[in-house]
Amino acid sequence: MTTTTGMAGDTTKLMTIGLAHYLTVSAILFVLGVFGIFLNRKNIIVILMSIELILLSVNLNFVAFSASLQDLTGQIFAMFVLTVAAAEAAIGLAILVIYFRNRGSIAVDDVSTLKG
Amino acid sequence: MNWTLIMPELALSLAGLLALLGGVIPKRDTSYGVNMAVFGALLLAGVLVLAQPEGTAYSGQYVSDAFTKFTKVLVVAGAALGVLLALDWNVKEGLAKFEYPVLLLFSTVGMMIMLSANDLIALYIGLELLSLSLYVVAAFNRDSGRSSEAGLKYFVLGALSSGLLLYGSSLVYGFAGSTNFDRIADAVGTTDGTPFGLVVGLVFVLAALAFKISAVPFHMWTPDVYEGAPTPVTAFFAAAPKVAAIGLLTRVAAGPFGDLAAQWQQVIILCSLGSMILGALAAIGQRNIKRLMAYSSIGHVGYALMGLAVGSELGVRALLLYMAIYVFTTVGTFAVLVAMRRDGRALEGVDDLAGLGRTDPAMALAMTVFMFSMAGIPPLAGFFGKYFVIGAAIQGGYVTLAVVGVLASAVSAYYYLRVIKVMYFDAGLGALDARPASISVILAGTGLFTVFFFAFPAPFLAAAQAAVAALIG
Repeated sequence: MTTTTGMAGDTTKLMTIGLAHYLTVSAILFVLGVFGIFLNRKNIIVILMSIELILLSVNLNFVAFSASLQDLTGQIFAMFVLTVAAAEAAIGLAILVIYFRNRGSIAVDDVSTLKG
Repeated sequence: MNWTLIMPELALSLAGLLALLGGVIPKRDTSYGVNMAVFGALLLAGVLVLAQPEGTAYSGQYVSDAFTKFTKVLVVAGAALGVLLALDWNVKEGLAKFEYPVLLLFSTVGMMIMLSANDLIALYIGLELLSLSLYVVAAFNRDSGRSSEAGLKYFVLGALSSGLLLYGSSLVYGFAGSTNFDRIADAVGTTDGTPFGLVVGLVFVLAALAFKISAVPFHMWTPDVYEGAPTPVTAFFAAAPKVAAIGLLTRVAAGPFGDLAAQWQQVIILCSLGSMILGALAAIGQRNIKRLMAYSSIGHVGYALMGLAVGSELGVRALLLYMAIYVFTTVGTFAVLVAMRRDGRALEGVDDLAGLGRTDPAMALAMTVFMFSMAGIPPLAGFFGKYFVIGAAIQGGYVTLAVVGVLASAVSAYYYLRVIKVMYFDAGLGALDARPASISVILAGTGLFTVFFFAFPAPFLAAAQAAVAALIG
């Protein structure tokens, strides 16, 4: 019967994960990352993790768009983002180490000598 | 494929690698030699930029035209002056390491790549090359708590802005179907309505670039980083990367998103108004002159953005001229700040300038010229910068912008004039240490440019006009 095939078609459609799902997940991850930076009052390491979360959510976006557009550029961009993210994390940790040497603390609330 | 087009960047990168080797291989301290080599490489890059043919290369990822030439020459000049400024300071502070000029060089390569970018990937790589180098130089005085805190703050907020840029880029890529600026322009220009996702992506990209140029409301890192970083580093931050980021913002707004002008103009107008007002008001109470200059630079970004907000050819020309004048005035001002040192100790207070008019009349005169220029007093260069920008705003019918610009300029004159008053009328605490020859050369050069700009504006106007024609025409 036509209705059954229609139903089956609908169920398969419900089962497929489309572009919108990927975009939603990555938007949620992105927002979590941004909030992790601004609402975090504890530890700078958590900020570094939030930055990684933001970059990975962007990668998810790129790969999802790349698959849906049938275009490789997005995946190439994701590769570049991964590489630069590694360099960025290295530099961030290096700065954090010299900061810790000078201050003996990595609590976010202590990063407040410069203000006014 | 026309790979010779990127000769300036190639030459500069190679020079950077050689300078690294020159710093690492010899057993003795080669920092002075590396400094000079980097300075020479920057001059060479400037010549190569001027000799660069126009066109695109690497399947449309890289573009060279009059606009990139104009901005790149400014960037290279700012970077070369930045290397010179730090020479003496780094020796006196025990920071004379060969990594410093090399990092400045690589950040310059990043700026040149992002100015020539015609693709979101090239833009991102250039911007990150710039940012990663700048994070490190901000924390370059690694035994100082303030410098490492400045580096940390700059890193966290810079990384956040990179994240915004990438998220925006991903949306633009997804909804335009390409990362190439020309393809994006095609997608934006279609008659059947721009996709909403593209506009959201544009807003994210604009916010990220506003971070980099420290426009209100994304300015909060600027005063802290400017205050904490070593003074020559602050000088570098205020000059070259700011021009590069504003150039990039202009290219992105007027190039791929030119047909969405109605959308981005409102954002830019708000940024411009906010920056001018905050730059004028927040600097009034500052006692630390580096912090004062940070707010002053936020204000200047507001004026430059006014040119972009107008969106006309006249406006963008005014923006380019404003940035050209801004670079030289800022480097000159910071040359004075770098020379502020008494009994071997670096000083940062506005009050430490007291009595300079008697103890070092030449430097006080130069500082007076720069302060008058920044306040926009004719016939100094800064007046013409503001004149062109505000004139463009009035011609474009943006009277509110122009009025706020004039008022903010009047308010900010207060703290510029206060510096002059402190120098000439306050009782001094004794003479500053003798200034090094490199500082005197920079003071003389930028001072003469600022004073005599009115006598020969024609070549600058013509170059800016050509740059705008390449961008918009």
